Amino acid sequence: MPSGFEAPPTPAVPDGHLSAPGPVAPPILEIASLAVGFRHRVVQRDLSFRVRRGSVFAVMGGSGCGKSTVLRAIAGLLRPFEGDVLLDGTPLWRLRPAERAALGRSMGVLFQNGALWSSLSVAENVALPLQLFARLPPGVVTELVQLKLALVGLPDHGRLMPAELSGGMRKRAALARALALDPPLLLLDEPSAGLDPVSSRRLDELVLELRDGLGITVLLISHELPSLFAIADDGVFLDADRRTAIAHGSPRELRDTDPDPTVRRFMHRDPDRLPAAGQSRPAEGDLRHGF
Amino acid sequence: MSGLASPRPAGVAEWTVSRRELDRPVLVLSGRWTVATTREAPGEVASRMHEVLGEPEPFGIDCARLDEWDSLLVATLWRLRALRGFDPVELDLPPPLRRLLALTTSPGTDLRMPTVPVIRRSIVAHTGTTTLDAIAGLGGIAMLAGTLLRGLWPRRTPAGSREPGMQGRDLLDIFRRHGPAALPIIGLVNLLVGAILAFIGAAQLRRFGAQIFVTNLVGLALVRELGAVITAIVLCGRTGGAFAARLATMGANEELDALSVLGIDPRRFLVLPMTLALVIAMPLLYLYATAAGLLGGMLVAVNLLDLSASSFATQLVDVVPVSQFGFGLGKSVLFGLLIGLVSCRIGLLAGRSAAAVGDAATRAVVASIVGVIVLDSVCAVCADAVGL
Ligand SMILES: Nc1ncnc2c1ncn2[C@@H]1O[C@H](COP(=O)(O)OP(=O)(O)O)[C@@H](O)[C@H]1O
Ligand SMILES: [Mg+2]
Repeated sequence: MPSGFEAPPTPAVPDGHLSAPGPVAPPILEIASLAVGFRHRVVQRDLSFRVRRGSVFAVMGGSGCGKSTVLRAIAGLLRPFEGDVLLDGTPLWRLRPAERAALGRSMGVLFQNGALWSSLSVAENVALPLQLFARLPPGVVTELVQLKLALVGLPDHGRLMPAELSGGMRKRAALARALALDPPLLLLDEPSAGLDPVSSRRLDELVLELRDGLGITVLLISHELPSLFAIADDGVFLDADRRTAIAHGSPRELRDTDPDPTVRRFMHRDPDRLPAAGQSRPAEGDLRHGF
Repeated sequence: MSGLASPRPAGVAEWTVSRRELDRPVLVLSGRWTVATTREAPGEVASRMHEVLGEPEPFGIDCARLDEWDSLLVATLWRLRALRGFDPVELDLPPPLRRLLALTTSPGTDLRMPTVPVIRRSIVAHTGTTTLDAIAGLGGIAMLAGTLLRGLWPRRTPAGSREPGMQGRDLLDIFRRHGPAALPIIGLVNLLVGAILAFIGAAQLRRFGAQIFVTNLVGLALVRELGAVITAIVLCGRTGGAFAARLATMGANEELDALSVLGIDPRRFLVLPMTLALVIAMPLLYLYATAAGLLGGMLVAVNLLDLSASSFATQLVDVVPVSQFGFGLGKSVLFGLLIGLVSCRIGLLAGRSAAAVGDAATRAVVASIVGVIVLDSVCAVCADAVGL
């Protein structure tokens, strides 16, 4: 466990963010001129970024700017209008559906509201992918399920049904399910929303542990500034009005140096006052609101 | 905000514009500005204030005699601000009111509620679109049937592993929940239908001394038509609605997406066992329903017409050949398939909200009942053509 909660360890891999094409191996995930949306409405366009293997990549931006929609395109659920999603260099949306489905299993997805299968117990939710795809003896499946549930802090909740869990517990159970097949790439949509501070921090530690211990790459959608500053190595900032990425870089860089007022307001959690560039306020400000 | 004294008759929001200051008008607010005490829309009050205040020049505000306020006053001042463009910080407002007002970003130009455009179409256009929709629906159902048929044989994925499809466990589970569990209601309904038929028949046939023919009426009607149709209609309501609601809920909850991400096709994984369970359950339920109906008919015949149970049975075997049972069985298989396909398709295509779930359940019940009756008449025409 990396000791400093505040300071992320510098990743061993050199920064490959939108620089010249990577040295030899393609990035684990690359978004190339993506345009996504619904029917006649484009939500995000001209979106390009690369996610280095073994990094924690943050997708930031205000509510409704299209983060979940981009995640659906990456997960193979929503065909983009333009552009493609490259997994290990393979263009996802140019594949036939069956091949795309097989490639999709290299991603573990945590949906924004959990999306646990409501007719199965928590343990069965985690077990189903293993039973369907891993061809393991039942005893092994049970133990793996126990392990994943223990990892997310729900060791004794396997027998409960999703409806019997609180919102935060549902999120964690869904994370356990996303981890079931040990995917090399995890897509997490607001994993810590609805979690208490302790669980939220445990989750950060788990994400770091997965990255450092298992080399898992994590694409993280989050609004939790402390956790973003603590764990994200790189990231992209999406804007709802301009409908595209307006900043690239790690959350700390964006907080300290980005010139864009929208980005700075978000990073300093401040709707009105803009601190001068370079002056950084403590990130863990209390949740004081206007009235 | 409760004023210090002012025991005025409570319940009125009052305002006046005073010209006591020379350089600017002052808006004097008094009384209770609460949602509970007013009948006027904030926008109207604000525009009258705007008129009385005159030119969009600076104005003062006096809240000394304001007894109580809530969102109503905030909304009124917010609208006034849209009209005059003042800065709340410069006004002498109670501090909480000023802070709330400052939080509301200046309103957009269009404050009307979005109205849903009412599309008026001629009856011809309406009939046309409805027909086209129906044809597209039939095409969609045929495609779903094709997918399910292919799903019966497990496919190999490019990687060589078996693609996960229907789980035998699910099939059993669904069968149990929608087959045996429906026995009491199907038994009761068919028993009564058989009895009613016998009553009608008895009243008419007794006049000709042809009581024994009540067996023909009850037997043929149940075996050929009613056993299958009534069972199917019960299942439309009981099972079709449940299937559609379940799939629609799973869609709204992103559970279907969670399956798709793993490369699991919800049609093979969920719809196939649901439909198959119905296709297996329907003929069995048909036999049971027909038996219950015949029992009901026999009870009435024995008690009302002094027929003996054995003569009823003998007559039945004579007038209802086994081929008639085959016809009923075949139809019930088709009905099971139809209910499964129609309701699952409606469930899969439902919108992603709680309201859409209820809507999908209703539509599934209606569409499958209509489908069953249409299919039944098609079968009747075909049977007539081949002389069955
Ligand atoms: N199924 C849908 N159909 C149409 N519009 C949608 C749908 N889902 C989301 N949107 C719209 O797309 C935009 C982006 O939504 P989303 O990706 O969920 O935002 P975020 O996750 O960043 O909060 C929003 O404006 C939302 O209204
Ligand atoms: Mg979202």
